[in-house]
Amino acid sequence: MFEQLINGLTQGSVYALLALGFTLIFGTLRMVTFAHGEVYMVGAYVGFEIIRLLAPSFMLAILVALAATALLGVIIEILSFHFLRDAPHVTSLLVTIGISILLINLAQLIWGPETKSIPYALLDQLDYGEFEIWGVYITYLQIAVLMVTVLLMTALYLLINKTKLGMVIRATAQDYEAAYAMGVNVNVVFSMAFAIGSMLGGVAGVLIGVYYNLFYPTMGQLYGLKAFSASVVGGLMSLPGSVVAGLLIGVIETFAVEFGASSLRHMISFLFMILILLFRPSGLFGGKELIQARGD
Amino acid sequence: MLELTDIDAYYGPIQALKNVSLTVNRGEIVSLLGGNACGKSTTMKTILGLVKPRRGRITFEGQRIDRRPPSVVVKAGISPVLEARRLFPYLTVLENLRMGAYTRRDKKGIEQDIERMYELFPVVRERYRQPASTLSGGEQQMVAMARALMARPKLLIMDEPSMGLSPLYVEKVFEIIETVNRKEGVAILLVEQNANMALSIATRGYVLQTGEIVLKDTAENLLSNPLMQKAYLGVA
Repeated sequence: MFEQLINGLTQGSVYALLALGFTLIFGTLRMVTFAHGEVYMVGAYVGFEIIRLLAPSFMLAILVALAATALLGVIIEILSFHFLRDAPHVTSLLVTIGISILLINLAQLIWGPETKSIPYALLDQLDYGEFEIWGVYITYLQIAVLMVTVLLMTALYLLINKTKLGMVIRATAQDYEAAYAMGVNVNVVFSMAFAIGSMLGGVAGVLIGVYYNLFYPTMGQLYGLKAFSASVVGGLMSLPGSVVAGLLIGVIETFAVEFGASSLRHMISFLFMILILLFRPSGLFGGKELIQARGD
Repeated sequence: MLELTDIDAYYGPIQALKNVSLTVNRGEIVSLLGGNACGKSTTMKTILGLVKPRRGRITFEGQRIDRRPPSVVVKAGISPVLEARRLFPYLTVLENLRMGAYTRRDKKGIEQDIERMYELFPVVRERYRQPASTLSGGEQQMVAMARALMARPKLLIMDEPSMGLSPLYVEKVFEIIETVNRKEGVAILLVEQNANMALSIATRGYVLQTGEIVLKDTAENLLSNPLMQKAYLGVA
């Protein structure tokens, strides 16, 4: 039972990371991106290649994926948002769907449609042991995944709430015209928010890719959808809400597997989300915004 | 110090400003008056760089500022009090002030100015940790003025600062405008519907009608102008 809880939290923390990225992007640009899952996929493949070709280092894979997905995020922002600011919202959304299909096809061209894995000889060097506490087996990889997600969440919290850039992002999210009138270059802020959100998605890709050691072009589709759903369940604009919803979904899925409903786990997790939204239509933390104020 | 020359501005196909020329001199309070949708707000937005004029030029202290983004205009020394205040609702009062100082890099000066605002606006000190949205309209207007002053402007442009406020706060707002102008020598361009109040503190005034300036004079003369009294001052 406890073991499943750890599994669930590991899985859920990655959902949370993805949802945080989605929420940050939506909260700042008021734009839904359906390419988030593909940013995750690109992050995963970048990590895969770094480990395969350069060095079997988890940290190096994450760092390179961070840089690559930040750049990808800026490109997506420019294509789908920058030039379409005055167009209806649905135009941007459609462009992100196009980008998502394009990225999947590109991945198929580069890596082929089949599932790839990191060879075991290399995986062993990543030091994947496991240890036992009170009869529960926990792998070092799980600890690493949890630590990386907690670290990134803390970093995001500090960035948004304690730095000048964070304040400017929140201000732009709340009233970008007023921010513009104060002299803020809102275009740069939009790009930055999209880049940071994409970095979180890219790291999630490396974590899950290495965790299951499965890499394939459509690996981001379900995750993108889960991130979107977790973000909505969390309240759409709430960073803490995204974390709570992501963790909940991960735990529920793992327990669905534990109780023998392995093939139904996605159905059960989405059913659960529908239930929450039926009772709390604005989500768990709806009304409290990303953008909420903090005293200092 | 601020000079608009022959400005034409459009919202899509609709011409909002026709041949507008006006000046604000150092240390002056100038009122820009007129009814609804006469182009007052567009004039402000054009000065600030939110609307690009199709014709004409705007200079501030000799520097061309038309077609420049607000970041340049604010740095040059013009700071806005926006229509309907437009505070960042979920930022604290203090954070709103810091946003006003966005273009500044002198940390010490910013901290000193925050202290100065606390003295000028007691309500800002009392509420500095609260989200701006939890304040009353009048209190928000105080914060909006403090935010604008945080840029250390040479010219403050204010878009209807008395709109929607109780008479008590309207008086307070005008008091502070006078204080800021006299004590700190900040020039003020004041867009107002409340012509009586605006002219009572102004040196000069302009009257806009459907995008054109139809009257310009000293505040005294405008107050006694029979046309003005009939149309804007509510004197029978």
